[in-house]
Amino acid sequence: MPEKKLGKQTVQLKKPPTITAAASIVGPKEGKGPLARYFDQILDDELWGEKSWEMAEIKMVRETLAKASEKAGMPVGNLDYILAGDLLNQCIAASFGLRESGVPLFGLFGACSTIGESMSLGAMLIDGGFAANVACITSSHFCSAERQFRFPLELGSQRPPTAQWTVTGSGCAILSESGTGPYITRVTTGRIVDMAIKDQNNMGAAMAPAAVDTIYAHFEDTGLPHDYYDMVVTGDLGRIGREIADDLLSSNGISIGNIFNDCGIMIFDTKQDVHAGGSGCGCSATVFAGFLYDGLKSGKLNRILLVPTGALLSPTSVQQGETIPCIAHALSIENNLVSS
Amino acid sequence: MHTIVSYLSAFLVGGLLCAVGQVLLDRTKLTAARILVLFVTLGVALTALGFYDKLVKFAGAGATIPLTGFGYSLAKGAFNDVDKYGLLGAFTGGIRATAAGVAAAVFFGYLASIVFKPKPKR
Repeated sequence: MPEKKLGKQTVQLKKPPTITAAASIVGPKEGKGPLARYFDQILDDELWGEKSWEMAEIKMVRETLAKASEKAGMPVGNLDYILAGDLLNQCIAASFGLRESGVPLFGLFGACSTIGESMSLGAMLIDGGFAANVACITSSHFCSAERQFRFPLELGSQRPPTAQWTVTGSGCAILSESGTGPYITRVTTGRIVDMAIKDQNNMGAAMAPAAVDTIYAHFEDTGLPHDYYDMVVTGDLGRIGREIADDLLSSNGISIGNIFNDCGIMIFDTKQDVHAGGSGCGCSATVFAGFLYDGLKSGKLNRILLVPTGALLSPTSVQQGETIPCIAHALSIENNLVSS
Repeated sequence: MHTIVSYLSAFLVGGLLCAVGQVLLDRTKLTAARILVLFVTLGVALTALGFYDKLVKFAGAGATIPLTGFGYSLAKGAFNDVDKYGLLGAFTGGIRATAAGVAAAVFFGYLASIVFKPKPKR
């Protein structure tokens, strides 16, 4: 087995990279949610002076990267790589938003799990000695996602109660080979889990088994006790998905009920009429870059397992009646390194 | 007195038809587009079988304004043109009878899209 690999899906990083800075920009609705004070910037309106929502999302990516690099005290030009993705066709928010950056780019698609995918690969690039500084950035926008996946807002269609609300926001984390933490110590890469759910308005239920599969693999591969983390936080299962995940975890003998949380539930208040909760590439990215990173820096959290979740459907696959394959990627993020 | 009764019957029938649509939206996985097609087709079928005419007599605009009423106009138009032009009328009548409605929908839709900008739901 490769020296850094643990079990089937996990790697243990020998030189864990530090997350030197994180930045987030969110839309007005997220800015009225319970995590508002943790975001770097809250937009007054969804268009942000642009002529389309897609252009507004592109601007969010560009500005979030600028903010993160400013907070890290590192010019964008010093980055070795950017790993980025979003929900739009051909990932245009990432590639248009980063076209002036002049930094080598890997464009990624993992649906709403993309921030997990980008931070996993970024950490491995640094640990492997291929990069010193890497930016991981993702975005989503409620209005552009509705047009992409459901109906254009112009149609004014109704949303069923199981539907989730795509977060308008972009989150960025800058990883560096040197630093004093928080460190990315382990990476558990998810595999595709498809439990034959077809309803794209109930993605939390579709994604829950994928999240549980990855969390289970993480504890199996690492042998860590189930209470090792201060928080195990999934990406965007929402209220319905989280209940299902809770049941599946306990039936698999994993007891993390009291430390288990979900970014999609945390980002909005139940009074905000978002139905089952938040979702989107920006959901786990902004909650991590805002609330969770703040918690790690201030020492309120010392060890978290971040598990961004993604539903890998396309509008075409939905129209053709296909089921929804899902994925979840887990990252151990810790303030202290235990010498092993 | 007569006007009040016709308002009331229009309101009841129109409201009931819309309520069926709402229940379908809430309780089934049918998309809005499928419900739209279902209602129009249902209107055609009910008119062909002779039921919808009675509903229109009873409820007036309450039966002609909802989507089923569009199906009713299509079917009525087809009947009329078949009487006038023979079998070809089955193909021309529906469009002829609904031309004003279709053109108005395109025109006012275009007008609305120029005047208004879509906004996210709050």
